Amino acid sequence: MSTNATAGPTGPSSGTGLSAAVDLSPKSRPGERVITTVLQLSAYASIAITFGIIAALIDPVFDFFAEVPFGEFFSFDGRYAVLPLVTATLMVTVIALLVAVPLGLGAALYLSEYASRRARKILKPTVELLAGVPSVVYGFFALTFVTPTLLQEILALEVGFTNALAAGLVLGVMIIPTIASLAEDAFSAVPHAMRQGSLAMGANRMQTSLRVVFPAALSGVAAAVVLGMSRAIGETMIVTLAAGSLKQFSLDPRDGMQTMTGFMATTAGGENPVGSIAYNNLFAVGMLLFVITLVLNLVSISFVRRFRQVY
Amino acid sequence: MASATSADTFPNMSSLGEAHIDGERRLPAQPTNPVMETRDLNVFYGDFHAVHDVNLAYGRHEITAMIGPSGCGKSTVLRCLNRMNDLIAGAHVEGGVLYHGQDIYEKNVDPIAVRTQIGMVFQKPNPFPKSIYDNIAYGPRVTGMKVDNMDDLVEEALRGAALWDEVKDKLKQSAYGLSGGQQQRLCIARTIATKPDVILMDEPCSALDPIATARVEDLMLELRNEYTIIVVTHNMQQAARVSDRTAFFTARPDETTGNRTGLLVEYDLTSTIFSNPNDKRTEDYISGRFG
Repeated sequence: MSTNATAGPTGPSSGTGLSAAVDLSPKSRPGERVITTVLQLSAYASIAITFGIIAALIDPVFDFFAEVPFGEFFSFDGRYAVLPLVTATLMVTVIALLVAVPLGLGAALYLSEYASRRARKILKPTVELLAGVPSVVYGFFALTFVTPTLLQEILALEVGFTNALAAGLVLGVMIIPTIASLAEDAFSAVPHAMRQGSLAMGANRMQTSLRVVFPAALSGVAAAVVLGMSRAIGETMIVTLAAGSLKQFSLDPRDGMQTMTGFMATTAGGENPVGSIAYNNLFAVGMLLFVITLVLNLVSISFVRRFRQVY
Repeated sequence: MASATSADTFPNMSSLGEAHIDGERRLPAQPTNPVMETRDLNVFYGDFHAVHDVNLAYGRHEITAMIGPSGCGKSTVLRCLNRMNDLIAGAHVEGGVLYHGQDIYEKNVDPIAVRTQIGMVFQKPNPFPKSIYDNIAYGPRVTGMKVDNMDDLVEEALRGAALWDEVKDKLKQSAYGLSGGQQQRLCIARTIATKPDVILMDEPCSALDPIATARVEDLMLELRNEYTIIVVTHNMQQAARVSDRTAFFTARPDETTGNRTGLLVEYDLTSTIFSNPNDKRTEDYISGRFG
């Protein structure tokens, strides 16, 4: 203050006087920098890990294709043929979706549109609990209950000890909570005003649910289904146990068949020395699985963007 | 031109009110042959007594406005008129709501059938995430209306809501591409597509700018020739501009619980309510002295 007084109205020195009183100079905050760095590293770690996985896959894949021609890999017959594995994966995934999409979406629609607040409070966590069951338990459930009791005894189907049907059914049960929970979120996110508008036109609840709420939530529903499908394709334990380890091309779900993941789990068992063709084959199949799920995810993202409703 | 007393209290109101008196519409003091009536209507949400003893008659081809401060129960009464209150858990109605003499709360009445006759337009435009065309066609489709030509019906409804010229080239586009005012007129078009008898409007302009509001008000005056309109509004000028009759509600706190229960204070021709109200509370509210 005294500096100000002496500087008077001309005041060029009043600036320096002020900066002496109020310090506005930048300060170093080491804590802030550490936090930023740590957060940044965790964000980049996931990207680095993904690229690391690709890099680890690529080398053995090149080695594999150096010795086995493309045509031999993408064929139905032969030691290194991958297509029987692909069809088996598709088979169990389709069966799983046939189970999980109607049940999952039905459960979601019931929870969001029909259930009382109390019923929802009990049912939704219960449905989500199903997601916490380890897949090896599901695998044994398929092996010891679904195949012998449900399929062979009750439905009197002639199925083998391992078969695609049991694996697909149980895989479907496993992904129900994923689909139901995500789809329920999507339905609940549809504004209440939309339902009121529909009911005020003289629509009933079913019409409101199916013609207004469902289309409005379509992008979320699609995302739920695709995520469920990705989980089904990538699931290993159930299919290894219940679908079997016989690599064969068959379109009969009553047959046992080996899926891509099942093949990888069995082959990685340890009897193939590192660098052998059989070992490298594993990586080629893994790479194909990676590409398939990647494409599925990209398709689903573009689907979600295209049908996203703004309201 | 305006009487001195009302000019003092609310400068623009009396002239607006008189426009009705001078207009060609000369209405009886009470609605003769009303389309809808509430008789000793009481509404409860759980234990909460929301509305007390409302007796109102809504005249055919008239616009009835329900005004009053927040929490006075006007929207609650409106939602009883097509049983939209059924959708609120714990809501419970006593007394009667008569539609052409029939109590719509009787056990043998289907609320869905009620709503096809008594349509509703909401506070915020709520078009469905569908095309403009499908928004209009939705009602006739879900109610199973016999439609010779859906295209004609859609055009008729959009013309009825004064929206046709603005949207006729983009009927297949999403309704969400429209402005807020257009969306609200689309919602009105959607409602008249099912050919209702009565249209309920719950603060239809409160989310709209003044120009869009004016267009909706013009539309209401046009629709009056074919429909009976009941409108809840916060905007007193709007009630004065469009309505034939005005019901003023207020809220009274319960002496023991302090819960505010809505009740009807006064119901009369709009011109009377705005120029020469009977009740002191109405006059205070109209003149902006509401406490």
